[in-house]
Amino acid sequence: MTALRFILNSRLQSFGGDPQMPLLWVLRDVLNLTGTKYGCGMALCGACTVHIDGEAARSCVTPVSAVAGKRVTTIEGLSPDSRHPLQRAWMELDVPQCGYCQSGQLMSAAALLSRHPHPNDAEIDQAMSGNICRCGTYGRIRQAILQAASQMGKARGR
Amino acid sequence: MTPPAAVSRRKFLKVAGAGAAGLVIGFYLPTGSLAQQKSAKPAPNPFNAWIHIASDGRTTILMPKSEMGQGVMTSLPMILAEELDVDWKAVTVRQAPTNPDFYRHGTGGSTSTFRYWLPLRKAGAAARAMLIAAAAQSWNVPEGECTTHLGVVTHESSKRRLTYAELAQAASKLPLPDPEQVPLKKNDAFTIVGHDTHRVDSNAKVNGSARYGIDTRFDGLLFAVVARPKAFGGKVLKSDFSQARLVPGVKDVVAIEPLPEYFTQGGVAVVAESSWAALKGREALKIDWDAGPNASESTETLRQQFRALAEKPAQVVRNDGDADSALRASSRTIRAEYELPFAAHATMEPMNCTVHARQEGAEAWVPTQDSADARDTIAKITGLSADRVTVHTTFMGGGFGRRSMADYVAEATQVSKAVKGPVQLLWSREDDMQHGFYRPASYHRLAAALDDKRNLVAWKHFLASPSIAAFLEPERGKPEGTEIGGAGFIPYATPNYRIEYALARSGVPRTWWRSVEESSSGFVVESFIDELAHAAGEDPVQFRVRLMGQARQVPHPANGKPLETDRLKNVLQIAASQAGWGKAPKGSALGVAAFYSYRTYVAMVAQVSLRNGKPRMERAWVAVDCGQPINPLGVRMQAESAVVYGLTAAIKGPITIRNGGVEQSNFDSYDMVRMDEAPRIQVHVVASSEEPTGVGEPVVPVVAPAFCNAIFAATGERLRTLPVAQTAPNLG
Repeated sequence: MTALRFILNSRLQSFGGDPQMPLLWVLRDVLNLTGTKYGCGMALCGACTVHIDGEAARSCVTPVSAVAGKRVTTIEGLSPDSRHPLQRAWMELDVPQCGYCQSGQLMSAAALLSRHPHPNDAEIDQAMSGNICRCGTYGRIRQAILQAASQMGKARGR
Repeated sequence: MTPPAAVSRRKFLKVAGAGAAGLVIGFYLPTGSLAQQKSAKPAPNPFNAWIHIASDGRTTILMPKSEMGQGVMTSLPMILAEELDVDWKAVTVRQAPTNPDFYRHGTGGSTSTFRYWLPLRKAGAAARAMLIAAAAQSWNVPEGECTTHLGVVTHESSKRRLTYAELAQAASKLPLPDPEQVPLKKNDAFTIVGHDTHRVDSNAKVNGSARYGIDTRFDGLLFAVVARPKAFGGKVLKSDFSQARLVPGVKDVVAIEPLPEYFTQGGVAVVAESSWAALKGREALKIDWDAGPNASESTETLRQQFRALAEKPAQVVRNDGDADSALRASSRTIRAEYELPFAAHATMEPMNCTVHARQEGAEAWVPTQDSADARDTIAKITGLSADRVTVHTTFMGGGFGRRSMADYVAEATQVSKAVKGPVQLLWSREDDMQHGFYRPASYHRLAAALDDKRNLVAWKHFLASPSIAAFLEPERGKPEGTEIGGAGFIPYATPNYRIEYALARSGVPRTWWRSVEESSSGFVVESFIDELAHAAGEDPVQFRVRLMGQARQVPHPANGKPLETDRLKNVLQIAASQAGWGKAPKGSALGVAAFYSYRTYVAMVAQVSLRNGKPRMERAWVAVDCGQPINPLGVRMQAESAVVYGLTAAIKGPITIRNGGVEQSNFDSYDMVRMDEAPRIQVHVVASSEEPTGVGEPVVPVVAPAFCNAIFAATGERLRTLPVAQTAPNLG
C-alpha cells in the first residue's frame, strides 16, 4: 500500500494505513492530535470540524483518502499561540464551559469569517447550526464571532 | 508519549518536594455538614486541601471536584484564594489527586459551592494566619499589627514586608490554627469572591490542548468498543468472533459479563489499534441476543401503566388537611394531566474510560463525576486494594449526572483485565444514547380548588414514574424519594395539600439528570399554577405573588433549607421587571415561572413567537438568587446553559422505548437545540450575602414551564406533555 500524503497544519504528513479510515480517527488515534473531537460519527454535531483546503469539513465522515494532496488544518493549527482573533474572543467572552465542542465551533467560525468577514445573524446561524453545544454557549459564540470579525476588520483597515 | 499530566498524589508530593524553595502547606479540613464535622475523627494524614506556594510567588490551588463545564475549577479556588489573600492572577489551579480520605470528590446535586464554601474559606484563612504568624515571629512584633495584601505580609509601622513565598517555609512549620477560630473576612471585604472572574480553563479549551478522558494517549494504548444487547436486560445467546478477528487492526475479542452492581449489560468487547478498527470489528461480530425480561416494554406500555396506576390507591406522601373533601366542596376546581418522557444526558463527549490494570496496581484516566467511586470500582473488579489504584480525573465533555455512574469504568476495567494491557473504552454516540441511564418518564394528575376570593383551598397531585431510587437502591424501599422534589413543597399557601405517588415498573435504567425530579416538578407545578391564574382571571405574576402570601418559610426537607417566600417573590419580580412584563413585543407573548430547587431561587420570563406555526423562544430573562455569588459571571453562564438545556428537553426528543430498548440512536433522531433555535438570554444575579448555593441545576426547572406558559399566552393552547414538538405540530 502506498502512503497517501497531505499537508497537516502546514507540515507534510504521510499515512500508510487504511485509506477508508475517517480523517478524525487518523488525527486522534494515529497522529495523537486529540484537539479534534469525536461526537457522533455521522456529521450531525460538528465536534470533529477541521478545514480542508480552507473549507470547514466534518472529519468523522471524511475518509483520509479524500484529503490526499490537500491542506488540512485542525484546531492545533488554527494559530501557533492561541492568539487567533476568534480564540482571543472566545477567552475574553468566556465562551467555553465543558469546552468539548469548542474546537469544532472555532473551526466552523474561522471558515465562516474567511467567507464572510462581517457575517450577519443569519449567516452566523447558517454556518454554526451544524455544531451542537450541549452546554448551550450559543449566545456567547455569536458575540465572540462578531467581536473577532470586528477586530479582524480593524486590523485589515490599518 | 507520556501519559497526560494529571497529577497523582504521589507525583504531586514529589514535584512539590523537589523544588527546594517550593513548599506545600496542608490542612486537615472536615468537609462534611456541621454535624459530620463535629464527629469527624482526625484523619491519619492531616491533609485535606492543598496550597503550594512556589518561591516565585506562584500559588497552586488543588481542586478536588470534577470540572464538567460548570466552572468549579474556577469558583472553588476563588473562595480559597479570597481568604488566603493572594493575587488571583498568580494562582494556578490543578486537579487534586483522587483521595477520599482528604477530599469529597463526588460532584453533583449542585452542592460543590454550598458544601465547600466554609471549609475552603477556613483553609485559606488558616494559611493566611500561619503566614502572618511566621512574619510576626521573624519581626518580633504582635501578629495583630500585621496585614496581608496580594500575597504579601506587611508591618505598617516599621514598613517591613515579606512575601508569602518568603514566609511559606517557616509558616508551614507552625501549628495549624483551629479552623473554627480563624477569623474570616466580611463579605463586603471580598476582592475575588463576588467579582466576575474569567475561567481558568479557557485557554486550554480554545486551542485543543485540554485533555478530556477520550484524549488520553500513550504508547501501547489499545482502543475498545463493546457490543451490548439492544434491549435492557438482554444477554448474549450465541456469538461468533471469527470475522471480527479478521478485521485489520483488531487485536482481540473478549466476552464481558454483566455486572449488576454497576448496572452493566455485559456483551462482547472488540479491542483494536484504533477506535475505527474497533468499530469496524464490532460490525463484523455475529451475535444472537436473548432479548431478556423487558423485551415487551415500550413507551406505549409504560403510558398505559401510568394511567392504570392513577386509577388505583397510591402511596400518600403528604397530606395536609383534606384535599379530596375541599375539592368536592369547591365550585371552582381545575384538573389537568401532565406527562414527561425519558430524557438522555447526551453529553458531547460520549462515555469512555482508559484503564491500565496490572498485577501490581492499576492506573486510570476517567471523565467521572465521582473519582473515588471510579477508584473503588476498579479496585473491586481487579481485586487490588484501593490504594493501588490511581485515578486521574480528566476534563469532562459534559456530565449532567451521567458521569456519576461507574458502568463505563467497570466495563473498561473488565476489558483491560481481560487483555492484560492498557485500554481506552470508547462508547460510540449510539452506545451512549441507547445504553445510558435516563431521567424517568413521569405522569401527573393534578386537581386544585379556588375559593370565591381566588385563594388556593386545595392542591392534589398524583404522580407515577419508574423511580431513580427504585432503580439504584431498590432495597431501600423509598421509590418516591427521588421523584417529587419541590412538588411536595410548593410555595403557594393552601390548607389542603395532598401528594400521592405510584411506582411504575420499567426495565429502563434511570439516574440523575441535570435537575433530576425538579425538571419534572418545576414543569408541572409552574404550568398548573399558571392554569389556576388564568382560571382566576388574574395576572400570572400577581397571582403567584399573592398566593405566596406573607413572607414565610416553607419547610423543604429535600433541600435541608426552607424556602423563603420573599426571596422567591424577589426573583419573580426581577425577572418580570427585566422582561417588561405586561407588554410583550408585537407578535409574541410572555410566560413566567418561578421555582426553588437546590437551595437556589430562580425565576424566568420567556418570550415566544410563532414562526410558521411553530413556537419559538425568542428571549429569556432569568433572575437567580444563589446567596453570595462566588463568580457572578459563572452564575450567568450556568443560567444561560440551563436555558438551552431546558429548552432542548421541552422541544426535542423524546427518548422512546420499543422492544425493551431505546429507539433513538444519534443526533438525527435525538436532536439538541442549535444556535438558530437558541433564545437571547439575559441573566440577573441577585446581590446577596446569604450562604452561597448551587447554580448548575436550578435554572433548568423553570425553562419548560415559562416556555409553555408563554405558548398559552400566545395561542390559548395549554401544552401539558413534553416535548412540545410532538404535541403541538399545528400551533397557530
